[in-house]
Amino acid sequence: MQRIYSSSLQKINQISQKCWKSTSTRVELTQVRYPKLKRGNYSVISDKHISTFEKIIPGRVLTSATDDLESFNTDWLRTARGNSSVVLKPKSTEEVSEILKFCNQQRLAVCPQGGNTGLVAGSVPVFDEVILNLSLMRKIESIDTASGVIVCEAGCVLEELDNVLREKDLMMPLDLGAKGSCQIGGNVSTNAGGLRLLRYGSMHANTLGLIAVKADGTVVDALNCLKKDNTGYALHHLFVGSEGTLGVVTKVAIQCPHVPQAVSLMFLGLSDFASVMETTQRAKGFLGEILSSCELMDLECADAVVQNMKLKLPLERMPFYMLLETSGSNAAHDEEKLNAFLEAVMNQGLVLDGTVITEPSRLKAVWHLRECIAEALLRDGYVYKYDVTLPAQKFYDLVPFFNDKLKEAGALRCCAFGHLGDGNVHFNVTSTEFSYKLLGLIEPSIYEWTSKHRGSISAEHGIGLKKRDFLKFSKTAEAIEMMRDIKQVMDPNGILNPYKDLGEARGHEARTTQAFSRTIPAGLQAREPKFAMPKEDSEQTALRTELENLISSIQDKQKEVNDANLADKCGDMGDAPKIRLATKKMLKGHINKVTTCHYSGDSRSNYIVQNRKLNYFLLI
Amino acid sequence: MARVLVGVKRVIDYAVKIRVKPDKSGVVTEGVKHSMNPFDEIAVEEAVRMKEKKLAAEVIAVSCGPTQAQETLRTALAMGVDKAIHVEVTGKDLDTLQPIHVSKILAKLAQDEKADLVIVGKQAIDDDCNQTAQMTAALLDWPQGTFASKIEKGDGILTIVREIDGGLETVKVKTPAVLSADLRLNEPRYATLPNIMKAKKKPLKKLTPKDLGVEIKAHQEVVSVEDPPVRQAGSIVPDVDTLAAKLKEGGFA
Repeated sequence: MQRIYSSSLQKINQISQKCWKSTSTRVELTQVRYPKLKRGNYSVISDKHISTFEKIIPGRVLTSATDDLESFNTDWLRTARGNSSVVLKPKSTEEVSEILKFCNQQRLAVCPQGGNTGLVAGSVPVFDEVILNLSLMRKIESIDTASGVIVCEAGCVLEELDNVLREKDLMMPLDLGAKGSCQIGGNVSTNAGGLRLLRYGSMHANTLGLIAVKADGTVVDALNCLKKDNTGYALHHLFVGSEGTLGVVTKVAIQCPHVPQAVSLMFLGLSDFASVMETTQRAKGFLGEILSSCELMDLECADAVVQNMKLKLPLERMPFYMLLETSGSNAAHDEEKLNAFLEAVMNQGLVLDGTVITEPSRLKAVWHLRECIAEALLRDGYVYKYDVTLPAQKFYDLVPFFNDKLKEAGALRCCAFGHLGDGNVHFNVTSTEFSYKLLGLIEPSIYEWTSKHRGSISAEHGIGLKKRDFLKFSKTAEAIEMMRDIKQVMDPNGILNPYKDLGEARGHEARTTQAFSRTIPAGLQAREPKFAMPKEDSEQTALRTELENLISSIQDKQKEVNDANLADKCGDMGDAPKIRLATKKMLKGHINKVTTCHYSGDSRSNYIVQNRKLNYFLLI
Repeated sequence: MARVLVGVKRVIDYAVKIRVKPDKSGVVTEGVKHSMNPFDEIAVEEAVRMKEKKLAAEVIAVSCGPTQAQETLRTALAMGVDKAIHVEVTGKDLDTLQPIHVSKILAKLAQDEKADLVIVGKQAIDDDCNQTAQMTAALLDWPQGTFASKIEKGDGILTIVREIDGGLETVKVKTPAVLSADLRLNEPRYATLPNIMKAKKKPLKKLTPKDLGVEIKAHQEVVSVEDPPVRQAGSIVPDVDTLAAKLKEGGFA
């Protein structure tokens, strides 16, 4: 009786879990939604691997057999879900080093992860990459109040760092809506921007140094805490913004500014974008040195915040809202500057209405209105999120360009908000659920438009998975080649965050599956190669196709067999003898003639015959 | 139409971290961000709404405190109040100032200004006294409607819905009366730019407690101000039996 009872209880449990999971609308697997993506030539996780991980980080290996890995596999925007079965949570740089060394040897792909708040699906696996989550690395090593430098581990949450710093009259140089969850390692690895970049600069400017672990486990100690250090290449800058593809950042040194004495926030309502531009110019003139943030949100964003987040705006409904923040050392001086600015813009009719806030409680409340726009839009269902830098005049032009088309195709909202002061607009479209049709109407059209106006296709969100096929819209082929060169040096096996940023590893470009792009229109093939290739004839084409097919069939056969690799087989062999090269004789003569041949008594030494004309060596 | 007197207090902003002075005599107020007591904001908002509904003819804001209290009064003026009175209390008097003194001041002003209604916030977030409205009503011998979450004006009568422990209580008071505003009475507005500009030109009268015949006499002495005890870390118990045992140990079972 008891057995039947417990087994039916189990069944009830299972069914209710299934129901719960389906009603909580599980995100579609990335590999299902983008079928053109192909899994790379990486090993598959086995029990042996897991037991090795257990030895390195006992008790901190999560597997799908015993734990729920859904939150690790799904991105914050609920647009991508990986299929990883292992999450590793190291606590120190040494553990990260051992893990990566092992993964590199075993050719296991790794997806480094921090707060998982990224917006380009760069922090979740595409297939079954091992998730290396740094959340447990939360130590703050030191805060030097004299120089304003904080040294801390990569898993420290941004908001927590800011709170600790404020007790010493310092603050973090960056501030973004995700601050309650995002981790500093991720901020550095993605060169996060945020609300105050205008005043305090980017992560490149504020990261003085860091410690990162390369794919092969080597620890790169570029942890410098000095403002000035010109000793060789600035290695840390390589990792800033590399999105975890060149190394895993485990510790950082950040330059922190002093907390300002007087902070004021103006929330202004304007009638059209021309007024917004004028007001921004005035702001830079009247408030210049104290301006710390210049943000814009349009009416659709404001409506989303009011409807989805149940918040109230300080002003009536107006076409545009601007948030201007000033940070200074003297409240009275700042008030004078503010008053002069406000009088000017009000008298000129540039601003319809506005309010000024100085109380800390109100500051938080009003900033929250701007910071929660992303979440408010997410609550519509599905968000198509774009982040581009455009010339100042064109900041808002994407909305009129797309609005009618997209609304006809079923979009709920088509709006823009962002860092007006940096020219960085967040263009967002929402719908109740994901639609290939809407996606096709937006991409690659938006990237072409941005490229045409000489903007950047990704101002601060990075490339990740979602924008990897559009990198060419903002970087030349040569630049991308150089990036591949660096990636090859840093991570020859391509195990760090594969499929993201540059796409497939070198050597696989011919088979790069462009999952997101359509054909590049003629106008954008402007970047011609330096040498014009000779025109092909049909025979050459046939031969080339045959060659490519042979190559791919051999590669497939190799994959099938895949019983060993060179490193494993030869790893235990002794080193080859040292090669002593000495020119015996220069041979001159007609091509195709072997004009000399020497025999060696020593079976181990060889001769090299070089034919300069045809440029080959014969090793005998 | 009614003349409304609103009492506002300048307190440390609630989002600021409070620090106790090393000599335990009080909290650090120097260089710390202050703002209007949130409940007083609600009181001002209610008064301004009454004026907009033409139920009130004039709204006067009062604040007792140092020079900086004028900033708080300017905020009230920017929200729509017609004129402001600053009762200057500084130095030792400021340390001694208690709700009893404020009530005496408000009572005198209510009579001088011929107010029909006195509205204040239910309590200040720095001392949590919750005494001023009640004492002012007693001094004036007026009816009181405290913890008001809804105010309806009738003919010479106010219907107040009060928030009490058991739920909501509805009382009817005859005017003139003293009311204290509770959280759910309304949501205060943000002072917008045109009103901030206008506020600069509105009258702000300065008085001292002596002018009103009120002596700031010390009735009590603050012995010490200390931080609340640091919260002890909890412990995770493996099963129910251990939990029961621990509760017994602690004397809770």
